Amino acid sequence: MRATPKFVTATLSLTAAAVLGLSLAQGAQPVVGLITKTETNPFFVKMKEGAQKAATVNGVRLLTAAGKTDGDNAGQVTAIENMVAAGAKTILITPNDAKAIIPSIKKAQAQGVQVIALDSPTDPASAVDALYATNNYQAGVLIGQYARKAMGNKKAVVAMLDLFPGHPVGIQRHNGFLAGYGVAGINARTANLATAPIVACAQDTFGDQAKGQTAMENCLQRNPNINVVYTINEPAAAGAYQALKAAGREKDVLILSVDGGCAGVRNVQAGVIAATSQQYPLKMASMGVEAGVAYAKGGKKAKGYTDTGVTLIANKAVAGVKSQDAKFGLANCWGQ
Amino acid sequence: MTNPNPKSLAIPPERYSLRERLPSISVLGPLMALVLAVIFFSVRADNFLSGQNFSLILQQVAVLGVLAIGQTLVILTAGIDLSNGMIMALGNVLVTKLAVTAGLPPVVAILLALAATTFIGFLNGTLITRVKLPPFIVTLGMLNIVFATTQIYSGAQTVTGLPNALTFLGNTFRIGGAAVTYGTVLMLLLYLVTALILSHTAPGRHLYAVGNNPEAARLTGIPTQRVILLVYTVAGLLYGIAALVLVARTGAGDPNAGGTENLDSITAVVLGGTSLFGGRGLLIGTLIGALIVGVFRNGLTLMGVPSVYQILITGILVILAVATDQFSRRRS
Repeated sequence: MRATPKFVTATLSLTAAAVLGLSLAQGAQPVVGLITKTETNPFFVKMKEGAQKAATVNGVRLLTAAGKTDGDNAGQVTAIENMVAAGAKTILITPNDAKAIIPSIKKAQAQGVQVIALDSPTDPASAVDALYATNNYQAGVLIGQYARKAMGNKKAVVAMLDLFPGHPVGIQRHNGFLAGYGVAGINARTANLATAPIVACAQDTFGDQAKGQTAMENCLQRNPNINVVYTINEPAAAGAYQALKAAGREKDVLILSVDGGCAGVRNVQAGVIAATSQQYPLKMASMGVEAGVAYAKGGKKAKGYTDTGVTLIANKAVAGVKSQDAKFGLANCWGQ
Repeated sequence: MTNPNPKSLAIPPERYSLRERLPSISVLGPLMALVLAVIFFSVRADNFLSGQNFSLILQQVAVLGVLAIGQTLVILTAGIDLSNGMIMALGNVLVTKLAVTAGLPPVVAILLALAATTFIGFLNGTLITRVKLPPFIVTLGMLNIVFATTQIYSGAQTVTGLPNALTFLGNTFRIGGAAVTYGTVLMLLLYLVTALILSHTAPGRHLYAVGNNPEAARLTGIPTQRVILLVYTVAGLLYGIAALVLVARTGAGDPNAGGTENLDSITAVVLGGTSLFGGRGLLIGTLIGALIVGVFRNGLTLMGVPSVYQILITGILVILAVATDQFSRRRS
């Protein structure tokens, strides 16, 4: 697929450059660009806030842009070009398409720009200078282990409410969950969605509440004995709960999720979600901005993968799996 | 002008039969597809053939079903509406925020949200009829405007903790072994009422005439511009009702809802045998079209088929539907 026509990009870049040229003339602050997956997901709204805070503290000019929708690569390509034109020396990006964004990243790096991935890796991960992200596989493992312990001797019948085909974050959380539950033969490098005899149903939800609800309704219809539900994120979990409630099953089914957004943690508190793996977008953003400052001042690029950590937030703790309660989760959550 | 021969007012028999017969032919195909799909899944998928499962499928298509009524009316006038999903999302966030955040009585919140979506439909219609812009462009622009407005107004946050009055349409009553939601009943009622209006009232017949040949309709004295304005306005109201069904179904006001509903509703209309060139098609076809999508999604899940194949099959069905429609027309 061709990106935007060259002349459009050029015009946009020139405009951005002109606008920024004015402000750059006022003071040579380091410029850092942040490109999120979408403008609208609370996770990225929070990430932007974190970056803005860190930028203000460090005297950095922050530029922000985003893809139009989850998976929109062309919009992110345009954003990289505009930010390079605007004089950004560091670009922080949450890639929408782990592979397709790489040529644009290479072009920016060739012009002396440091590119750091936040939240999700590129494929290969070495295409960027550094990565600050949650270990999504580990996030899945934690809720998998929790579910295993919480089920005790009961036989698990699992529904997997996934993201959409081929997304590395979706694959890692899904596989981590199954590995954490004790399914053999899966590791962090397993490239595709793993399956197992305990899985009764797997459907894509696109991380959307209404689609999550439809998927759960159909999964329950396929197998009424489902008693464990893995969900890709907390909106999908909320949808699953609606479906279970309608079927009168909300009390005896374990819902697990990932994210630790404030709405999700409140659902843990209310017993809607049994446990969720909380991640820290603010931390990813502030670390990224600080790396931008270090590069602008000392010319040293950041390197390698930094795990920004993940904490299991559970309604009831189980023996043998370390977790925090909802109070901790609310103190550290993102969103509203 | 006096008319000495009252018969000439009536449509000549051969044209009459053609116009009356064609839509029903175009509905037969989708109906057969639906029946075949139901038979196929009844045989191949466990738990498919039950009242409860059929009620579930109806619940799952209720939101799209209501949206698609508006889309059908618009397409019958040879227009298209790309903004319907986003108008629904706005209604969704408006009604929940007004009731929860602003603390208005639910009835007031509902009426205000319906007024807002109706007004946006009216805006669409005004731009199309008064400013003479193509429907595709107007509703494409409106899609972006309404999406952004929804995001700004809601801060991209989902509204939860709704009063019971807002989720009433999600409540169920029992028919035999099946739990049926009031939202489903509302959708079926809307189809019935709208279909009756289309077939038994002057504005309904005017709508077909305008879609068939706007120039001829204008010459016979039909207020074509007013009909089109009315259609987009009523569509806006229907999108607001769809928002109420969605809120009741999900129990939340999600600003990111409705992202794919514009194309999904066009899919339902096309699967139901309505022509995109306007003037030909039946509302019942759209309901059948929406049900086809719902039946495949549900049935394939019950069979354990990955989601992506459901999308593949929907695409094939759309092309098949239009191809058979074209084929049958050439034959006739």
